Amino acid sequence: MANHHDTHDHHDGAHAHHDEGWFKKYFWSTDHKIIGFQYMFTGMLLALLGAFMAYVFRMQLAFPGQAVPGWGVVSPGQYNMLITNHGSIMIFWVAMPVLIAGFGNYIIPLMIGADDMVFPRLNRLSYQLFFVSVLLLIASLVVQNGGFGGAWTAYPPLSANKDFNLTPLGSSLWLGAVAVEFVAFLLGGINFIVTAMNARAPGMKAFDVPIVVWTIVIASILFMASVGPLVAGAVMLLFDQLLGTSFFNPNRGGDPILWQHLFWFFGHPEVYVVLLPAMGIVAEVMTVFARKKLFAYKTVIYTIVATGVLSFFVWAHHQFVAGIDPRMANVFTVTTVLISIPIAEMCFVYIATLYGGSITLSTPMLWALAFMAEFMLGGVTGIYLGSSGADIFFHDTYFVVAHFHYTFFPIAIIAVMSGITYWFPKMFGRHMNDFWGKVHFWGTIIPFNGIFIPLFVLGAAGEHRRIFDYHSFPHLATPELQSLRIIATVSLVVMLAFQPVFLVNYIVSMFRGPKADKNPWKANTLEWTADSPPPHGNWAELPNCYRGPYEYSVEGRELDYWPQNEKA
Amino acid sequence: MLERFIPAAASYAGDVDQLVWLITFLVGFWFIAAEVMFFWLIFRFRKKDGVKAQYITGKEKHLKQWINVPHGLVLLFDVFIIIAAIRVWVHIKQTLPPADRTVRVTSQQWAWTFQDPGADDSLDTADDVFTTDELHVENNKTYHFRLESKDVLHSFFIPAFRMKQDAVPGRIYTGWFKPTRLGDYDILCAEICGIGHGVMGAKLVVETADQRATWLAAHAPAVDETATDATATDAASTDATSSDSTSAAAGQQ
Ligand code: HEM
Ligand SMILES: [Cu+2]
Ligand SMILES: [Cu+2]
Repeated sequence: MANHHDTHDHHDGAHAHHDEGWFKKYFWSTDHKIIGFQYMFTGMLLALLGAFMAYVFRMQLAFPGQAVPGWGVVSPGQYNMLITNHGSIMIFWVAMPVLIAGFGNYIIPLMIGADDMVFPRLNRLSYQLFFVSVLLLIASLVVQNGGFGGAWTAYPPLSANKDFNLTPLGSSLWLGAVAVEFVAFLLGGINFIVTAMNARAPGMKAFDVPIVVWTIVIASILFMASVGPLVAGAVMLLFDQLLGTSFFNPNRGGDPILWQHLFWFFGHPEVYVVLLPAMGIVAEVMTVFARKKLFAYKTVIYTIVATGVLSFFVWAHHQFVAGIDPRMANVFTVTTVLISIPIAEMCFVYIATLYGGSITLSTPMLWALAFMAEFMLGGVTGIYLGSSGADIFFHDTYFVVAHFHYTFFPIAIIAVMSGITYWFPKMFGRHMNDFWGKVHFWGTIIPFNGIFIPLFVLGAAGEHRRIFDYHSFPHLATPELQSLRIIATVSLVVMLAFQPVFLVNYIVSMFRGPKADKNPWKANTLEWTADSPPPHGNWAELPNCYRGPYEYSVEGRELDYWPQNEKA
Repeated sequence: MLERFIPAAASYAGDVDQLVWLITFLVGFWFIAAEVMFFWLIFRFRKKDGVKAQYITGKEKHLKQWINVPHGLVLLFDVFIIIAAIRVWVHIKQTLPPADRTVRVTSQQWAWTFQDPGADDSLDTADDVFTTDELHVENNKTYHFRLESKDVLHSFFIPAFRMKQDAVPGRIYTGWFKPTRLGDYDILCAEICGIGHGVMGAKLVVETADQRATWLAAHAPAVDETATDATATDAASTDATSSDSTSAAAGQQ
């Protein structure tokens, strides 16, 4: 929306900000970039909390009953609380805010050549609600009787009845936090969709839009279309908890399985809601550092749409053995296994993009390539779980845990790192240190495999999830399996030990890194034509767009890139 | 693959293991092919001085084959997997071979109660044997199990049988298994059910007809200590109230 103007004057660049005041600039801003940062920093802080929780419960699994340094002895109730909130935090308060709200806010207006979101105040409200949800979440952890421990899927009757879960306050606050958070993302999603549709630079046609914008917009549509039933379900569950209604109570005519349908009708598309933006980031980074046009741009768009549509018809693969009509499993096996086709095709296109390239293994590129390499293992292991006959065994074992971490970790950590290191020069006008970036990369990727490959094996051995101590199960308490648990935990500790490398590099580079010019990677997309960092309003004069985003190494041109805003 | 860690102890366990092998071959092929290709391309097309990247739009016919052929193959492999998966599923979950014996499995926070039909092989008679956290079954006999829950969701998981089924309060689920290998195995609760979820295990004993006869004799109701009268009447009344509620397994009726 090229002619949008905020209430206060911002077109004379950075100078206008001196009289705004610190609070107004960073906490009451309507600037899409500041709101993007708010989401991103909040998400990164909560990632530390989520990782700390993983550390505590993994230590308990490796050395059951021993005091965990930094926590103490882990009780069964605490264990359940830790896994529940680890999962909820990582998905709802890390992957969602960082990938969609963080990157979406920061890069969409810049990539489509707009000066801000179409609804900047709605945008501010979105973050404020999100912040409230964080407060509710934190409150849910510290109230009397402790935080909610009924798993991030919150199946009733356990989640609905305080006599079963023993956490009357924690359960309701957790549920309230989730509900408020969804409202926040609904507001954000509306903004992304409307902005991408209406505010594109003159000349930017639909197929000139960078893939990452497509993926965030389609992810927002998926989110908005799937979240309704879940919000309704959450309100019903809240009523069951607080008012004693019986929507999910089988003793009074309710049905606990109804919740599972509502949850997974949202929950499965949600996987693609976070996957798609990650794939988008990877597409941007791979094309830039391979100096290559994306192999079959339109195919990628079609596969994104196909994946999005199909993702609404696979949810009951989470419920094969839940007591649903067993004939339903056949339908959902077909849809679930078939969704592998667009996803595989997308991977093929990405791989093919490397063909004929001129590849530089910079830090962002390493992360992007690692995303592909690791995500493919997550993808193929999903076939085991989508195949109803095999899922009878694998459901709710560590095979599932390993599978979805091979998708979620690449999404929420690897692709995010790729995006952070790629856009850092734009965001802060300075470069991060490449050497320490690579140290952090290897220090994260190698232990990541060390954590989760043993968990595949444990799952194949029948180890079931959400268990604080395997001593009660003789066939799972063998020294052989225990040593696998220890390998996983030690790998996690190693991985965590490498994270300060990133944090220090990030913060120091923000203030001291070598200055970056406008377009340090020689990329085509419009954000690289704005100053680094872009001022409020992004450009003194908004750019026009003349071509698609991936015209790299065009024959007959001297330069191997061709910015979208360059006339000829 | 699974049998490397846990023996296959039920008639259909081998079917699941075969399915897992089939999937492993098919997706393993793709996984390895894609990763090898991927790393080879990274290696082959590393930046070299003076070499410019190629301009490829993906519309070139000979290059498009690199997407289209794999695409078709994935579809073909998918069809194999779907057929195999559904066959196993239908056999385990959608068919109900005639039972030699029926047991009742009741889950609650945080224990398993098993009701064996006793010497007369019919459930809910005076000679039924109730046990907690231990289930005895006879080798090579087809069992039906009637799965119930008294409070929250639980899940009846016997890794050695490759069998898992959630227990839902308010419903009775009828399933089956046929043990084929003698020995002791774990029964796990695979659905989080509260703070005791981590201790909700039970022992499964697959034994010969003789061993079972001895066990029955030792646990005949009069001398039985593990099950109190209260448990017995409780379980019986649960059945009375819920016997007319619908079974979860519509396809099995
Ligand atoms: C930092 C590295 C991580 C480690 C070591 C880790 C480890 C684990 C483990 C072992 C469990 C299973 C606990 C149990 O069932 O007893 C688990 C659960 C889970 N994790 Fe992670 N995880 C990590 C990062 C992530 C990320 C990045 C995400 C998502 C973006 C994530 C999402 C989840 C979810 C949704 C669950 C399920 C929670 C539940 O059962 O309710 N994790 N994690
Ligand atoms: Cu799913
Ligand atoms: Cu349980």
